[in-house]
Amino acid sequence: MSIDFTLLLPEFLLAGLAFLVLGLDLALPARWENKRNGLTGATAALGMLGVMLFAVFDLRDTHEVLYGGIYFVDRFSLLFKVVFLAASIAVVLMSIDYVGRKMRHPGEYYAMIVFSALGAVMMSASGELLTAYVALELLAFSLYVLVGLTRGDGRTAEASAKYVLLGALSSAVLLFGIALLYGTLGATVFREIAGPLSQNDTATTALGFTMVAAGLGFKLAAVPFHMWTPDVYEGAPTPVTAHLSVLSKAATFALLLRFLAEAAGSSFGSWQLALAILAALTILVGTLVALAQTNIKRLFAYSSIAQVGFVLVGVAALGDAGGVVSNHAAASAVVLHLVGYAFTNLAAFTALIIVETHAEREEITGYAGLASRSPVTAMALTAALLSLAGLPIFAGFVTKFYLFTVAAEAGLLWLVVIATIASLVSLYYYLQVVKGAGRCPAPRAPEQSHAADALRGHGVRGRLPRPHPGRD
Amino acid sequence: MSWADRHALEALIYLPMLTAAVLVLTPPGARRTIHAIGVGTGLLLLIGSIYVFWVFDHGAGAATFQLTRVYPWVEQLGIDFRLGVDGVGALMVLLTGIVSFTAAIIATTAEREPKPYYTLLYLLIAGVYGTFVSIDLFFLFFFYELAVVPMYLLIAVWGSSSKFADFARTKEYGAMKLVLMLVAGSVLVWIAIIAIYVEAGIGSFDILALQAASYDGAFSDGFQRVVFPLAMIGFGVLAGLWPFHTWSPDGHVAAPTSVSMLHAGVLMKLGAFGIIRVGMTLLPSGMEDWALILFVLATANVIYGAISAMAQTDLKYVVGYSSVSHMGYVLMGIATMDALGLTGATLQMFSHGVMTALFFAVVGVIYDRAHTRDTLALNGLASRMRVTTALFVIAGLTSLGLPGLSGFISELLVFIGAFRTQPILGALGVVGAAITAVYILRLIARVFFGPRSRDWNALPDISAREGFAAGVLVVPIVLVGVYPQPFLRVIDSGVTALLRPFGGA
Repeated sequence: MSIDFTLLLPEFLLAGLAFLVLGLDLALPARWENKRNGLTGATAALGMLGVMLFAVFDLRDTHEVLYGGIYFVDRFSLLFKVVFLAASIAVVLMSIDYVGRKMRHPGEYYAMIVFSALGAVMMSASGELLTAYVALELLAFSLYVLVGLTRGDGRTAEASAKYVLLGALSSAVLLFGIALLYGTLGATVFREIAGPLSQNDTATTALGFTMVAAGLGFKLAAVPFHMWTPDVYEGAPTPVTAHLSVLSKAATFALLLRFLAEAAGSSFGSWQLALAILAALTILVGTLVALAQTNIKRLFAYSSIAQVGFVLVGVAALGDAGGVVSNHAAASAVVLHLVGYAFTNLAAFTALIIVETHAEREEITGYAGLASRSPVTAMALTAALLSLAGLPIFAGFVTKFYLFTVAAEAGLLWLVVIATIASLVSLYYYLQVVKGAGRCPAPRAPEQSHAADALRGHGVRGRLPRPHPGRD
Repeated sequence: MSWADRHALEALIYLPMLTAAVLVLTPPGARRTIHAIGVGTGLLLLIGSIYVFWVFDHGAGAATFQLTRVYPWVEQLGIDFRLGVDGVGALMVLLTGIVSFTAAIIATTAEREPKPYYTLLYLLIAGVYGTFVSIDLFFLFFFYELAVVPMYLLIAVWGSSSKFADFARTKEYGAMKLVLMLVAGSVLVWIAIIAIYVEAGIGSFDILALQAASYDGAFSDGFQRVVFPLAMIGFGVLAGLWPFHTWSPDGHVAAPTSVSMLHAGVLMKLGAFGIIRVGMTLLPSGMEDWALILFVLATANVIYGAISAMAQTDLKYVVGYSSVSHMGYVLMGIATMDALGLTGATLQMFSHGVMTALFFAVVGVIYDRAHTRDTLALNGLASRMRVTTALFVIAGLTSLGLPGLSGFISELLVFIGAFRTQPILGALGVVGAAITAVYILRLIARVFFGPRSRDWNALPDISAREGFAAGVLVVPIVLVGVYPQPFLRVIDSGVTALLRPFGGA
């Protein structure tokens, strides 16, 4: 069997790009210190853009399955390549200011972003459990590093430790599940699992599947594996939180979709109800706990949990009446919602980063007066939040409508009812942020002027930070 | 169809959206340009709306839905961008044109930061037009939601908070309450729409195809009995259906004048229109099962709204509760399922829309000059604000159903329909009209006539610009009151088609 290695060229190029960025950071002479951040960032962004364009033009009409089902080069993986690379480029762009202020070795940061993109790309393309596991670990390890990259902040250290420990635990569970499946079914390639699975319906297989689901559930932050999310989202550097909330979830869903489509076969029926209940719990917990949040990053953590629940509604609708995974509409609804969510969330986080960079604020009350200080940021944030809440004319409305219609057609009307009601509840907390942004920043003015008076008295006037700094 | 006919309806949707997009790109300082764009768009919309109403063919052989236009959109789900108006829709389009134009004029006088204001206003107007002319369930819902969303920002940013002796209502409170209640309603509508789509099993959101399926028995009586109340209550929230009306007075009071005009004038009609377009058209047997309950709730609307209005001391709350009361007549007319009752309901939608826009415009003028809306503090304004007084009296007399003005015709038709179906509840409705007369006349007497306190000695009268807008609103009120035939003909053509599944009429 001859393998056409050019099919894997985008992956090779990405790996090369990551090392190039690392090397560039090392190789740059010291007198270019102040250009280091811009150069490495630009290399990473332009490199990924190049890989993305190359993949689109080169693999547009390719549909190849490599190594007997281990690795797919098809439209599905191409779509996710584009989404992951576009998202990573966006993350690099929104990070540049942040990295410049907070990190000494920007090359490390950008290289890790590229590595994580590579991991995500491979997850969406892999058709075998161990390949998927390796890809997932590549993504996870890059994210472990990224979460802990700003040193000297207690919250970051806590988030990083939590993420690594729980991540390692979930990987172990996942690996254990894979081992059990291999032990009972004798295969790890997705499409070879389907056959033996229909004859081998033992407790061990069920346990194996459950453990795989639990391992993936951790990466998705689906309830009850969501506990790490708020702390990590809050503690991680904000651009990393954005990256985490988009890439890790979308890649896991891509893997899950392919796994279910190739491997679950007719046994999906017995999992459908469990998935639907998981989706309902995830939506409810995410939505209701988000109501109580005052920190914007924690709010987004819970909102992203709820969003995962919405996607799971579509995943639960994958099966038809006979329990066979055959619902193409559900699969496309899931992918459409994921793509919409990815870019909406990135838009929201871009706004968050701008506010954080210029005003050092993470509390929702700190968004007061954003509309008058920087109308464009406020507009983008409002659009993103309304899209997340599922209102027209934004992406969230169409994708949610599609998703829920498909789920109702698959007989999950009760789940759709829960999801639509949760959508309404979510509107409340999204509007809280919008409300804050539209309101005048009166409450914190006196406090600031006191501090300013005090400083003025000590003759440090020249160094006073302006109340609303920045170009906005 | 001529070129203009083919594109008229979509133009009414695209134009406000385009205006919103253009306004985003306009420099915020250019107030005059922004005002010109805002009012100019309003004028174009008015002309377009009159055109749609004018060319609508109400002849016996004419199609139910006219000016239709279909663009395929999402084939997998059977969603098309499908436009068309029936007799009811055509009148609503006209109403939207009139109210949008006048609201755009009123908006020039007061609002700070006109750029985002007009942007949101025109997004809202695009949503309203879209709902009235969509004959695809998805787009109907899309535009319905679009009309609700900008409301939050318009009220929370540009609105006004009110303080009373023992409680205060902030504009954020009003805005949040309004949006959450309306979106809660649309969640029910959403579920109803998806249930209808799945149950019909024809893979299409086309209302006409679903209607045909419905008449062929695609929806069992049991299904209709369960789903109809979702649509009735879901849309009913926006129509101010008692007891889901509570957002309405608070929202109207908190909103800036031009938004109140649009909201009470047009937006609440979307709810009643939705009950007709989705509930009545697609779920006729559900409608029959629930008609009595809708009738009772609508009667409660009329009586409760009128009594509450009587107890208010804030002008805007008076008008807000009177809107609740008057929307009760609309819902009552729908619940009769009688040709005259339904015709009356539709005409009442139009009449109340224009009248309440006039009310809010005049109240806005008074508030702008006097800085209070307290009916206990205001008195004797007639001698200082002659034109304003005249306009308020016209709106008030329309409201209480004086013959010769539009309210008389529409309420009369509703009452005839009501007496034919539920005489006792119809009689209670007439009592509501009597209460309306009490609070309106008492209000006029107290605020505009009688001795004037010194505070109001220097009040200027309505400006030419505001007066023009109000005058535009008076025209249809008098026209419908004196010569309703052109309006009734158009409505009849729609109502006849709507009542076909209910055994003719």
